[in-house]
Amino acid sequence: MIFEGLADRLQATFKKLRGHGRLTEDDVNEAMREVRMALLEADVNFKVVKDFVKRVQERAIGQDILATLTPAQVVIKIVNEELTALMGGSQSRLNISSVPPTVIMMVGLQGAGKTTTAGKLGLALKKQGKHPLLVAADIYRPAAVKQLQVIGGQLDIPVYAMKPGTDAVTIAKTAVPYATAHAADVVIIDTAGRLHINEELMQELKSIKAEVKPQEILLVVDAMTGQDAVNVAESFNGDLGLDGVVLTKLDGDARGGAALSVKAVTGCPIKFVGMGEKLEALEPFYPDRMASRILGMGDVLSLIEKAQDVYDVEEAKKMEKKFRKDEFTLDDFLSQLQQVRKMGSFEQILGMLPGMGNLKKQLDGVDVDFNGKEIKHVEAIIRSMTSAERADITLINGSRRKRIALGSGTRVQDVNKVIKQFADMKKMMKQMQKMRGGRKGFGSFKMPFMH
Amino acid sequence: MGFFDKLKKGLAKTRESLTGKIEKLVLGYADIDDDLLDELEETLIMADVGVKTTEKLMQAVRQGIKQKKINSPDDLKPFLEQTIRDMLVSGTDEVRLAAQGPTVMLVIGVNGVGKTTTIGKLSAYYRGQGKKVMLAAADTFRAAAIDQLEIWGQRTGAEVIRHEEGSDPAAVAYDAVLAAKARGVDILFVDTAGRLQTKSNLMEELKKINRVIQREIPEAPHETLLVLDATTGQNAISQADLFSQAAPISGVVLTKLDGTAKGGVVIGIKAELSMPVKWIGVGEAVDDLRPFVAADFAKALFEK
Ligand SMILES: Nc1nc2c(ncn2[C@@H]2O[C@H](COP(=O)(O)OP(=O)(O)OP(=O)(O)O)[C@@H](O)[C@H]2O)c(=O)[nH]1
Ligand SMILES: [Mg+2]
Repeated sequence: MIFEGLADRLQATFKKLRGHGRLTEDDVNEAMREVRMALLEADVNFKVVKDFVKRVQERAIGQDILATLTPAQVVIKIVNEELTALMGGSQSRLNISSVPPTVIMMVGLQGAGKTTTAGKLGLALKKQGKHPLLVAADIYRPAAVKQLQVIGGQLDIPVYAMKPGTDAVTIAKTAVPYATAHAADVVIIDTAGRLHINEELMQELKSIKAEVKPQEILLVVDAMTGQDAVNVAESFNGDLGLDGVVLTKLDGDARGGAALSVKAVTGCPIKFVGMGEKLEALEPFYPDRMASRILGMGDVLSLIEKAQDVYDVEEAKKMEKKFRKDEFTLDDFLSQLQQVRKMGSFEQILGMLPGMGNLKKQLDGVDVDFNGKEIKHVEAIIRSMTSAERADITLINGSRRKRIALGSGTRVQDVNKVIKQFADMKKMMKQMQKMRGGRKGFGSFKMPFMH
Repeated sequence: MGFFDKLKKGLAKTRESLTGKIEKLVLGYADIDDDLLDELEETLIMADVGVKTTEKLMQAVRQGIKQKKINSPDDLKPFLEQTIRDMLVSGTDEVRLAAQGPTVMLVIGVNGVGKTTTIGKLSAYYRGQGKKVMLAAADTFRAAAIDQLEIWGQRTGAEVIRHEEGSDPAAVAYDAVLAAKARGVDILFVDTAGRLQTKSNLMEELKKINRVIQREIPEAPHETLLVLDATTGQNAISQADLFSQAAPISGVVLTKLDGTAKGGVVIGIKAELSMPVKWIGVGEAVDDLRPFVAADFAKALFEK
């Protein structure tokens, strides 16, 4: 939020350099200062940043600046590539044992999101035709067992728990034969949150590991974690040998530099990301998207995918044509609103787009953040208009506004507001249109380094 | 020129060179100081103080060197500590209690930071002072959150007002305020569901809870405590910023300081948003809550 995108900042740094034939050491050093800042502000660990910057610096110096790219664009491209590579190139999957059951252990600090993630993972595996068993081995936090039981109930996945006072190792140990006996092929063990420096509790995890020999030990890391992420990851990895990482709470506005830190110190792939409180909200990890996010270049790809999830492609094409030809009507507005609601708040969506910072500021005065109730209002108002009015808002004069208000059970100012919002949205769409490249479809949002 | 004058002059030269040497030595150290300054900068960044605030602090240090407030490397750390302490200390960190009737404390924050546990600890703290405490289970969203608070209620001897899971949290808060008034409760803690600060519908929900409380007791909530996890990095600033737009925050509780995270981000929060830190959490047990002491905190930032 406070942070303007790295792309914009680099663009400014390099303004004076436009037209250079080759990146000099000075150019690169100046750019690297900005890159370093961006990474640190995204909570990438200091030492990780240091190494990273050095490597990129070496690669960037002496690079040719192609006719089509500005120096800033060259640098961002290199940074982005290196970052993506560092975060693990392609996706990686869970280790599934050839002899069931596959045992998965969830570990991490307090409050990272282990229990919820255990449930989400259970659901995802169930959808793949597996038969998971959730194991409640958090015996410390009040009501933690109950929490897992409730989640299991919601998902219709069995939960293995033992009477209070049973130690965590026994619970885990007995859960595995129980799974075999009850035809469960994946055992997901939820463990208590603990500090990486708590030796006694780390020992407990080691004992569980020794007893159940898991195929997967997943470290659950909060995307908001700061510099300490490396210490946490290092300790858990050192004590247990991790197989993968799950990054949670990525649905917020955290830049998630911890992802890079954890990957850098453990070498473990990030296998999933948590994108919400709902139990469906678990997604595969995409290194390229995470790279853009950490750099503050907008989570363009995620947005595209989300949009594709929600929109049907034909519909989207139709809309885009309408925007272009300025044929966008109130009817379309309404259906867009409903679609957009499914993707998240308007503000969030704008936040995901690069170069939208300014637009967002302009829109600050405009109330575009509709909640469900307001949408119902809007819907009622638009439905009370004649089709001629919907096609051309300039028709809607004072007396028509009164009629519409009466018809929709709202006030004239509500009607005015909707009309204004519509006009604002049209304006915004025009601006977005301008920012777009020549290619069609949602994939054509122009990245700042493509100017 | 007399003999003595000559001598004096001669000595002056010696003195000059001597002090000069010493100064150079300090300067020499000041050269090492570039390393030392780098090291300090690194310490601050690693403590999650953030780039901006670190820059500000380092500027203060350079100023201090210029103004000769820092004369040797030994002065550096104490100077920084003092600067940070001064930044963090504020006149308003007294807890506001109701003059009459129940004091209402609303506890908010993102998911998993330690809201419910903090309420448990605070409940024990005020029970220890002989106060009558009540807890409102207004986290009706997270699975078993109500049971979790109930256990803390039992542990600390506080009555818990609860509705069904999934019910309206504002209604729970409302009932609790009425019950607290009726039963002569001294302090009512309202536990809320963890929520990310960017979710506008959940922020609206928080506003509603706040409004409902205010309607029953105009000067309530007397305290709105934002719970921050010390492990959190720069996102904590966004949390403080956006939460305060939904419910004016009177104080911060910084939890999980028993780990290795330093929670330096609160310096930036204080500098930018001027929110006092009131309590720190140093463990999961009922008595693992301490009043925030700026001097100790500043000192701990530099401990390895
Ligand atoms: N080490 C340590 N753990 C803490 C501290 N405070 C809370 N915790 C732990 O952090 C975890 C989450 O705490 P909760 O109190 O449930 O957090 P919450 O904010 O109420 O969580 P939600 O209601 O799920 O959003 C629990 O395991 C607590 O025991 C602390 O100061 N130190
Ligand atoms: Mg809670």
